[in-house]
Amino acid sequence: MAEDSTIALRCRELHRFLGKDEGRVHVLKGVTFEARAGQVYAVVGPSGCGKSTLLYLLGLLDQPDAGEIWIKDQLMSNSEDAVRTAARGEHIGFVFQFHFLMLEFTTLDNVMMPMRKLGRLAPKEMEERAAHLLDSVGLGDKIHRLATHLSGGEQQRVAIARALANQPTIILADEPTGNLDVKNAAVVFEILTRVAKDNGQAVVLVTHNPDIASRCDFTRPMRDGVFI
Amino acid sequence: MSPNFRIALRFLTAKKRAMLMSLSCIVLGVGLFIVTQATTTGFEAFFIKTILGTNGAIMIQDKLQATMRSIDAGNYNSGYEIRQKQGQKFIEGIEYPEILRQGLETFHNVSGVSTVLRGNVTIRSSFRDQSGQAYGINLEDHLKVSDLGSQIVQGSLNDFRVQQGGALVGRVIADHLQLQVGESFEMENRGDIHHYKVSAIYQTGVDDIDSVRIYLKMDEARALFRKPTGATYLQVSLFDKDRAREDAVVMTNALNHSAAAWQDREKSWLGVFRALRIATGITVSMFTLIAGLAMFNTLAMIVLEKTKDIAILRSMGYGRDDISRIFLWQAVIVLAIGAVLGCALGAAVTYSVSQVPLPITGIFTTHKFLVEWNRWHYFEAVGTAVLFVMVASLIPSRRAARLEPGDIIRGTAQ
Repeated sequence: MAEDSTIALRCRELHRFLGKDEGRVHVLKGVTFEARAGQVYAVVGPSGCGKSTLLYLLGLLDQPDAGEIWIKDQLMSNSEDAVRTAARGEHIGFVFQFHFLMLEFTTLDNVMMPMRKLGRLAPKEMEERAAHLLDSVGLGDKIHRLATHLSGGEQQRVAIARALANQPTIILADEPTGNLDVKNAAVVFEILTRVAKDNGQAVVLVTHNPDIASRCDFTRPMRDGVFI
Repeated sequence: MSPNFRIALRFLTAKKRAMLMSLSCIVLGVGLFIVTQATTTGFEAFFIKTILGTNGAIMIQDKLQATMRSIDAGNYNSGYEIRQKQGQKFIEGIEYPEILRQGLETFHNVSGVSTVLRGNVTIRSSFRDQSGQAYGINLEDHLKVSDLGSQIVQGSLNDFRVQQGGALVGRVIADHLQLQVGESFEMENRGDIHHYKVSAIYQTGVDDIDSVRIYLKMDEARALFRKPTGATYLQVSLFDKDRAREDAVVMTNALNHSAAAWQDREKSWLGVFRALRIATGITVSMFTLIAGLAMFNTLAMIVLEKTKDIAILRSMGYGRDDISRIFLWQAVIVLAIGAVLGCALGAAVTYSVSQVPLPITGIFTTHKFLVEWNRWHYFEAVGTAVLFVMVASLIPSRRAARLEPGDIIRGTAQ
């Protein structure tokens, strides 16, 4: 069967259990989902419903107990760790709630880090691209600052620039505005969606913020491990 | 610069103090290992030089008496005999030294052969007498197999060459009998008394030699001992002293005389030096072991503190090998700096120690601390550090590599 080329990511009947023995919980109960290039998806729902777990599975940071995950046309759910790692570097960009920048490095170094691993560009090109990305998120004048010398909003913008570094097919954002004030949250969301749309990337974000969710192309509410 | 190395370098700065502790232990471990090996092997090497310079690399003495045994080779009275090592006997001395000498000169590793005739004597000066041993030598031959030329502390070898009745007297004998160069003394053997003059006084540093040995020219020794032919032993020097054992075995079989290599003659002392070298090596390796433990501790702490960074790196496409390498690189960087500084420290302390005055006589004579400059000490010291530190670093680095990024982000990583 010919696949729809605009589908960047899809999963089918995903199941995931967390914990052990009596504490074992069925977090995801057969989730099916797909994300198309150039679209922004919001996954919403109460705490503990399985949103973040789904995101980590889609980002190949975790492995499902059952079900399938496809990145573009490649089945990744049961692949080797090395294959999933390579796919993360090439196809997926992450933005986490708590920024997760590497504090010993400058903003430029943080953005260049995924590029250095992928090794597609020459060092000079990496530096130029990182500077351009930082400029596009409004941090063109702070490229040599250490991550510790940036505000929360600025750190999150660096995290977005870093997620875009390797021109991934998919951006996965786990409550990217959850730790920011309203103004910064709006700025970060605007940047995330604008840059992703400009580059034709699928964006899947988990959020508690109804305002953010309403501004996405699609909203998928979750409860008790399933989409409702 | 590889991305892993770059990250390792930055991670190192996060734990400067802890890393400095590891670094200090590596520097001390490597440095002290070098110093102890340099000093112990320095004394050992000087001891070997002394024994080679006095008694040579190989001593050929005592003819082997062939021990033949008859065995039945199938037919009664077959007459078949084999040589057996068990029960082998020796006939003291060498009957035909010139023939053996010719045989020895066919060995490529032999650089010199000296025929020596030895006998017990009573030595008398104007003040007192003592027992000793007279050694008859052909001076030019003996100079090729010993350091006698450089062991003269008073008088000259040339006087010994030209003087009728000239003798080379050991330092301890000269002191005991209060003999000076040019003075006369007597030696008695089996009631015969002969007069000699001190041509020169030598000092090997080995008390057992300097207190008993007097060198005479061969013809005068033959007259003293009434032994016109034969010899007590042949002293052999080699181009490659380390092959002495192998050569001695071949010489014994080929010449039918017992040949004793210096390693076997001085087995006891060499064993002491070896034990000392190993003991000091093990002792100072404790520093390196501590360095390994400190490195393990520091890296384990960094792994705990950097779990989020590990998750970020994994999310960006860094694999388990990359994570492992990042932590191993940190160990390698500290190890490399420690090894370089340790080698520099070792060289500096070795040099300083070599300048320390330390008068020793007995098994050799020296006036200062003896050291040996040997690049293998540096390789061994660095090798020990590499072994301890890298093995200790493997555990935390593998632990870091095993961390699951999903668990870290969820906060359930163990």
